Amino acid sequence: MVPRTLFDKIWDHHVVETLPDGTSILYIDRHLLHEVTSPQAFEGLRLAGRRLRHPEMTMAVVDHNVPTSDRTQPIEEPESRNQIETLERNVKEFGVPYFPLLSASQGIVHVVGPEQGISLPGMTIVCGDSHTSTHGAMGALAFGIGTSEVEHVMATQTILQRPAKNMRVTVEGQLAPGVSAKDVMLSIIGHIGTAGGTGYVIEFAGSAIRGLDMAGRMTICNMSIEAGARAGLVAPDDTTFDYVRNRPFAPKGEGFEHAVTFWRTLVTDEGAHFDKDVALRAEDIAPSLTWGTSPETVLPITGNVPDPAQEPDESKRAQMQRMLDYMGLEAGQKIAGTPVDVVFIGSCTNSRIEDLRAAAQVAAGRKVADGVRAMIVPGSGLVKRQAEEEGLDQIFLDAGFEWREAGCSMCLGMNPDKLTPGQRCASTSNRNFEGRQGPGGRTHLLSPAMAAAAAVTGCLTDARELV
Amino acid sequence: MEKFTTLSAVAAALPEDNIDTDKIIPARFLKTTQRTGLGKYAFDSMRYRPDGSENPDFILNREPWRKAEILVTYDNLGCGSSREHAPWALLDFGIRCVIAPSFADIFFNNCFKNGILPIALPRDVCDQLMSDSTMGSNARLTIDLPRQVVIRPDGEEVPFEIDPFRKHMLLEGLDDIGQTLQHDTEIKTFEQKVDGERPWMPTITLD
Repeated sequence: MVPRTLFDKIWDHHVVETLPDGTSILYIDRHLLHEVTSPQAFEGLRLAGRRLRHPEMTMAVVDHNVPTSDRTQPIEEPESRNQIETLERNVKEFGVPYFPLLSASQGIVHVVGPEQGISLPGMTIVCGDSHTSTHGAMGALAFGIGTSEVEHVMATQTILQRPAKNMRVTVEGQLAPGVSAKDVMLSIIGHIGTAGGTGYVIEFAGSAIRGLDMAGRMTICNMSIEAGARAGLVAPDDTTFDYVRNRPFAPKGEGFEHAVTFWRTLVTDEGAHFDKDVALRAEDIAPSLTWGTSPETVLPITGNVPDPAQEPDESKRAQMQRMLDYMGLEAGQKIAGTPVDVVFIGSCTNSRIEDLRAAAQVAAGRKVADGVRAMIVPGSGLVKRQAEEEGLDQIFLDAGFEWREAGCSMCLGMNPDKLTPGQRCASTSNRNFEGRQGPGGRTHLLSPAMAAAAAVTGCLTDARELV
Repeated sequence: MEKFTTLSAVAAALPEDNIDTDKIIPARFLKTTQRTGLGKYAFDSMRYRPDGSENPDFILNREPWRKAEILVTYDNLGCGSSREHAPWALLDFGIRCVIAPSFADIFFNNCFKNGILPIALPRDVCDQLMSDSTMGSNARLTIDLPRQVVIRPDGEEVPFEIDPFRKHMLLEGLDDIGQTLQHDTEIKTFEQKVDGERPWMPTITLD
């Protein structure tokens, strides 16, 4: 038999039929819904008189629009409220399992799926959100889809798809102290570029990846889309199985053992073909951050902002200059020491308990610098509760951080958590596009430890100096 | 979905790499529950000044490009979020065809679902089309989907590739769901097979 990659295996397990032109009808095991990209799809079903084929393979949660302040108060923003109420009507009408705003299990859809054991190894998982790639950390083929495709999955439990190409990114070696999964992924994106993975599914491999916990693997897979790849994958192993065991919706008892037997087959075969192979050495990766308005503009914290004059291509040079102007930075300046106004620790990239622990380690016994607003937005109600049981909330509150409710929050500024024009933010989120966190806002992407370091020093800082 | 056969229209050039979906439509305009009416938000941060007035320098605010139905850009158009609001906003603005050296995957897909034709052409060809577009209303580009060519104002024909299934769907204005449901028997057979092979596969039920 021809050796296959992990992607090939999951793909083969889910092909219902391949049409004469090469498009496949691919079966979907889990469909995750949120309030922003689903209303038009439900409306489409209704207009066509179609049913939701498998509500028991579907899950819904509100996250993008929700306020992260007191939840017992009514939602002030009428359009946000309408979207949330629309989702609530739709899940009721179509019988979709739903985690409502006031449920302790509510949270960011890409935190909730793995946390509940809804996302499992070997599955195909889709959601109308590009960061669905996160669930690839489970060893599942997970990718974001548009709303027309959401409607297609609702009606058919399948999607029309051509197989992606296979890319492997291998990170061998031992990460230096103070270097996190976020630094690894920013370095990978800096290396291959934001279109480097377009058309591919990326399998992350190598000892440095294997050594990451599930939260770290989720951070890596989450930002596959920032490297252009719709999906990222990490082969499931004992770290995965230990994580999945006893989750509310995971298989139980003997079923779990049968599942693990199957999941152990989900590895890339020796000699399988990758269309593209990229390797990084763990030792070369430093705490990193972005300086521009594209996630590929990555620098080590010890580095200097690049000089457009060094760029030979005219249009690229102009784009670099525009990024510097937008970001309020000078060519060649040291990035460390740049003052920040806001610190955001949260998002589907970095809002899990492990992320909050890393931030708390830096924040403990220190104070948020004068004039800096620092917010912690846990990924789910359960993450928040766990952090409170560990006393992390008190560390943050004592230091002067805001301790908020779960949601997407300032990652994309659909709720009231937004930057104002010109504000500079050290953010653990995934996109630094112009206006992403609020019109005119300036975003530096970095790890939770680096974000906490920026909060307590008031400027972009090498977190290694503080631990 | 509206059929796409041929289109002869004004083209506008946005000579930038990595035009992301936040730039096409910022997240704060995603609060609608409709697909229509998003054209007024397309390229918001480039099209309007902070006081809400039109930016007269932005290409889509100038004649004749205000009526552009074709957009030509550089690499990785539509990167970022999966929001279908991006093609909805373009479509509502009047854009039926986008041309770039490369596209982000999800955006590329989403275009087809809405009757927008994305055409990938080499960067130097995009440069030529951008140059054509500066001739304004005298510079209509013609997109002939059945023959798979872009016809430049001087009559030169530039061939392009398209997946045959997607071409068929665009030409006929077909919706994928109806097509897939014709394979309902195969889907059911697949479901029975998986139930037999992986009986431990849980379902999601909440009390």
